[in-house]
Amino acid sequence: MNDMSTGGYVTADGRQIGGTLMELKNITLRFGGVVAIKDISFDIRQGEIRAIIGPNGAGKSSMLNIISGFYVPQEGEVWFKGERRGPMKPFQVARLGIARTFQNIALFDGMSVLDNIMTGRLNKMKAGFLSQALWWGAAEREEIANREAVEKVIDFLEIQNIRKTPVGRLPYGLKKRVELARALAAEPQLLLLDEPMAGMNVEEKEDMSRFILDVNDEFGTTICLIEHDMGVVMDLSDRVVVMDYGKKIGDGTPSEVRANQEVIDAYLGVAHD
Amino acid sequence: MDQLYFAAEVMVNGLMTGVMYALVALGFVLIFKASGVFNFAQGVMALFAAMTLVGIQQGQIPFAHLINAVFGTHLHNFGWTVPSLLAILLTACVMVLLAFLIEKLVLQHLVGQEPIILFMATIGLAYFLEGFGDVMWGAEIKALDVGLPQGISDTVDELTLNWLGYGFFIDRLDIWATVIAALLVTALVLFAQYTKQGRAMRAVADDHQAALSVGISLRFIWVMVWSIAGFVALVAGIMWGTKSGVQFSLSLIALKALPVLMLGGFTSIPGAIVGGLIIGVGEKLFEFFAGPLIGGATETWFAYVLALIFLVFRPQGLFGERIIERV
Repeated sequence: MNDMSTGGYVTADGRQIGGTLMELKNITLRFGGVVAIKDISFDIRQGEIRAIIGPNGAGKSSMLNIISGFYVPQEGEVWFKGERRGPMKPFQVARLGIARTFQNIALFDGMSVLDNIMTGRLNKMKAGFLSQALWWGAAEREEIANREAVEKVIDFLEIQNIRKTPVGRLPYGLKKRVELARALAAEPQLLLLDEPMAGMNVEEKEDMSRFILDVNDEFGTTICLIEHDMGVVMDLSDRVVVMDYGKKIGDGTPSEVRANQEVIDAYLGVAHD
Repeated sequence: MDQLYFAAEVMVNGLMTGVMYALVALGFVLIFKASGVFNFAQGVMALFAAMTLVGIQQGQIPFAHLINAVFGTHLHNFGWTVPSLLAILLTACVMVLLAFLIEKLVLQHLVGQEPIILFMATIGLAYFLEGFGDVMWGAEIKALDVGLPQGISDTVDELTLNWLGYGFFIDRLDIWATVIAALLVTALVLFAQYTKQGRAMRAVADDHQAALSVGISLRFIWVMVWSIAGFVALVAGIMWGTKSGVQFSLSLIALKALPVLMLGGFTSIPGAIVGGLIIGVGEKLFEFFAGPLIGGATETWFAYVLALIFLVFRPQGLFGERIIERV
């Protein structure tokens, strides 16, 4: 089942996709009596852009929360880099190299853009407590190295002009970009994006799409995203999982999914009987 | 002219009392910022720290009364005294241990609860700690002396007498308290601003979910913040304990910190300091000018009235975050 051995595939635009990075097996999540996710399995491969789509309330965000450790499923297994992951706290998952953004932006409003992005690198800092407190030796060298890494991310996402601005004052679209920057600063192996384009105008959506593609292309970061805008999803992603009422109803390349009758029904609203 | 100098002297003394208020308020602000908990036990923590310090310094046997009552022994002292600096270090360790236990036994079980529930828990904690301190070290009034100079400073008296023709009476302990408080505040601000742990602390204060998502352990940060608050309580305990003896009334200085917080805002470190200074100077000057007209003893209520006025006109305090209601 865990096919790390299979060598992946080549995408339409010629990118080589590797073996399995993350695999979810028979995941079931319940909130009391409500079944949010029912027996779902899928995998995310090294270097691909994987999308999860579905109508409202389909369980997409819950799925992402399971991957990032915010929810622990009642049943099923989560495998990361060929190892089964036990129950973990979200901060431990983050330390494994899985970064995320939130549907309703979770930034540190009181801190500047630069400080917000620096928090993404907290786990890259290894200097001891005393060295930190005295601002001496290893701590100082680390801070400089980390600042350089952060500046690279800032350049990459074109937010140089707002780096000293308190995040609370930024407009919505830029907040979304800063949140992406903070996630990128951690140099994650797997990047989870929960509706990265929700509430954006067309221009902002185009920018964000470009950034997502560039991140994947330049850093080779594996990306798993949730998105409502079908056009965007079909353009961006290599493979798509479709969810409806907590169940998986489709899985494959965008064109395969588009042709799937069950998916069409779910989106056009056929009466469930 | 002398009247003016006297007023100035009163003001300087007020500033120094204000620093002591600020020191207590600071402990509140640290915990409130990082965990949204209003720690009612902060004053008792200062009392407990001062009691522990005296106990360790004088080589008291902890729980001596309890042991004697149970076993019929007559133990009181180990028979040694511990140097001040070492005793302070040991007490700091006790405060860290206390922070760890509070997180483990109380906070951890209340994660995600309403602020009012956490507040109630700290009230319980205050009463527990007060009784625990008495059982551990005895309830009698103790003198605390860690070698801080006390009494009127002759240097200041002489200097001002030569310059102004009027000698200022200023307690040396107040001068030291001001210097130490200033150092402590600077250190705290630098720590919060420039270290990894400080950055993580501010992150937790801002948004728990986001903090978790960048790999910050909330438990570690909470233990750290309570430890720092415990250390601030220790410093406040040393200052107030040296000034007026280690006794129950020490824990009541926490009540003086409330108006300071209302003035400065619950979330601002500079606010705690400025608030403390305003209250300190305000109550001394008010007593000086208005006291004789209305029968004196204004210091007991002035701070609270000032805080009430602030609540009406600027409920978020001088430096607090603005409260904006969106419809």
